[in-house]
Amino acid sequence: MGIFDKFKRGLAKTKSVLKTDVRDLFKSEGRLIDDGFLDEMRALLFKTDMGYDSVEEIVAEVAKNFRGRVVTLEDVVATWKDKLSELMAQDASPISFAQNGPTVIMVAGVNGAGKTTSIAKLSKMFVDEGRKVVLGAGDTFRAAAVEQLTIWSDRLGVDIVKEPQGTHPATVAYKAVERAVETSADVCIVDTAGRLQTQKNLMAELTKIQQSIRKLIPAAPHEVLLVLDATTGQNGISQAGKFTEAVDCTGIVLAKLDGTAKGGVVVAIRQQVGLPVKYIGVGEQPEDLALFKPAEFVDALFAEVGVEPAAE
Amino acid sequence: MFEGLQDGLGSALKTLRGKGKLSESNMRDGLKLVEKSLLEADVSFEVVRTFMSRVTEQAVGEKVLKSLNPDEQVVGIVHQALIDLMGPVDHSLHLKGKDEVTVLMMCGLQGSGKTTTCGKLGRMLKESGRKPLLVAADLQRPAAIDQLHVLGEQLGIDVYSDRTNKDPVKVCNAALKEAKKLGVDVVILDTAGRLHVDDELMGQLTNIDRQCGPDQALLVVDGMTGQDAVNSAKAFNQALELDGVVMTKLDGDARGGAALSVKQVTGVPIKFIGTGEHLDALEEFHPDRMAGRILGQGDILSLVEKA
Ligand SMILES: Nc1nc2c(ncn2[C@@H]2O[C@H](COP(=O)(O)OP(=O)(O)OP(=O)(O)O)[C@@H](O)[C@H]2O)c(=O)[nH]1
Ligand SMILES: Nc1nc2c(ncn2[C@@H]2O[C@H](COP(=O)(O)OP(=O)(O)OP(=O)(O)O)[C@@H](O)[C@H]2O)c(=O)[nH]1
Ligand SMILES: [Mg+2]
Ligand SMILES: [Mg+2]
Repeated sequence: MGIFDKFKRGLAKTKSVLKTDVRDLFKSEGRLIDDGFLDEMRALLFKTDMGYDSVEEIVAEVAKNFRGRVVTLEDVVATWKDKLSELMAQDASPISFAQNGPTVIMVAGVNGAGKTTSIAKLSKMFVDEGRKVVLGAGDTFRAAAVEQLTIWSDRLGVDIVKEPQGTHPATVAYKAVERAVETSADVCIVDTAGRLQTQKNLMAELTKIQQSIRKLIPAAPHEVLLVLDATTGQNGISQAGKFTEAVDCTGIVLAKLDGTAKGGVVVAIRQQVGLPVKYIGVGEQPEDLALFKPAEFVDALFAEVGVEPAAE
Repeated sequence: MFEGLQDGLGSALKTLRGKGKLSESNMRDGLKLVEKSLLEADVSFEVVRTFMSRVTEQAVGEKVLKSLNPDEQVVGIVHQALIDLMGPVDHSLHLKGKDEVTVLMMCGLQGSGKTTTCGKLGRMLKESGRKPLLVAADLQRPAAIDQLHVLGEQLGIDVYSDRTNKDPVKVCNAALKEAKKLGVDVVILDTAGRLHVDDELMGQLTNIDRQCGPDQALLVVDGMTGQDAVNSAKAFNQALELDGVVMTKLDGDARGGAALSVKQVTGVPIKFIGTGEHLDALEEFHPDRMAGRILGQGDILSLVEKA
């Protein structure tokens, strides 16, 4: 199954929810764009979690283009797509690998977002590409977090560096990178404990982990991925902002996009913090990862309303 | 972030001064800002709409009380309406006598905080003189069983697990038998995280519910959840007839508007909130505090004082 299919499969439920809502908006052929319409449209867009400002921007755009006219569903959806694509504009953003030596990837995020599982998914992707992977079990806090990552490393057949519970995570990260260098691994992925972005000492700990990695490889970590739960609402903006202050985040992994949540908060994050979305998670298995493509994200949201070319 | 709201509402409310009665037009700006604030707090759009029209209706025509500023009055009305929506409080787990076994079942989306909350409830019950048993019914997530065992060890609470069994329904049934042998009086089932649109796993949850007949089915909801909270809460409530909600991760800066949405669409009371990763970070739910949080009321009340 190609990446595009997987992306679409993951978003299938998302689509069908929006699909019925959108169809409701256009009960008959055309519809007069008046305040009533704009308000219904506002309701629909809000459900994606894209946030107040993004919604109002799109509503304003539709009002500007069509107010007082009778238009078809296609016209309006095209405007949504254009505007959303504009808001979400980013370059394709896969992992940027180190010129030489191991590429170090640090993974961070709030509690339960999907960090450890995303690491399993990334590992599988790298292994499938023929790269050698070392994992660092940097969550030495949460009950059985090390065991969880160990199970994944066994299943995927990748190396793992772990220390007893309570060891400083910076030590684990250092040792993992050291192992990656020694064993000529291609990629080293460091897991970290979940933390809320308001916990100052824990955010400082994250900075320390980054520093300890840099003692071995000054240009590392080459990627710092912030894992965001797709069901997250407007708090995602605070998460992106504060994690970016603590460490040099390079992008977002949007996990759990296989539910009915639309992950729209990334639109607001893109606007306010500027972080690109790199990958999406669409399930609990290692293969449930897809590269994020803004155009496809936007298309997939509106694909079923009949304006999408049928061919794939 | 909420400075806009403060400034806007401050001046909007100031204009109310000296007017005799609250009307839709003299409240319009203020209410608009309250609406925006609720949306930014992740209250479901539909719930916001219903709420705003109800509050407006309620407030219009009310005399501006002499003893209060009109602005205080509007905030008071909104605040009270939020409290009414999230109440009445029911912190009770409706435990049976100690000679019987009360069964609690935790359920929810992946990563919402179920396992941790099992530990927290176990701790709370133990402290109140009960003898709980934690049951590892998540046979899916890697190391889920280990996680519960670590918590049980930390707390000195028994944990039932069966690593050879692949069927959570059977594990729960066996655990209930074991509970009688061990003489425990509360059994807490830790189920796997699942999506509300995953029919197979939702069916499995219904099976556990039917066969084990939990006295309390508790939904664990992440306090950072956005607009989708209504969809998952509805689905879990349909599958299980929930008895209560625990809202987690409220130790951060999430405004927690999902609390309002979940209560509104399911009618199920929020019993507890999680305020940290440590096992003592469980508090009873207070609608008034939650209302203040959703409204950003620290801000609003302070501006009322300034106005
Ligand atoms: N449906 C779905 N579930 C996911 C996805 N990613 C992760 N999960 C599940 O979400 C739960 C939490 O995932 P973890 O990877 O443990 O999250 P974490 O961020 O490492 O959690 P902490 O280390 O406790 O902060 C697990 O049950 C995962 O199986 C996804 O893309 N889709
Ligand atoms: N800050 C904070 N973290 C919490 C709270 N409750 C749980 N957590 C953390 O959230 C993460 C997920 O918690 P779990 O208890 O593993 O969640 P779960 O619902 O059992 O997850 P799955 O079994 O994978 O579906 C862990 O890192 C917990 O430590 C809370 O109230 N505050
Ligand atoms: Mg983890
Ligand atoms: Mg669990």
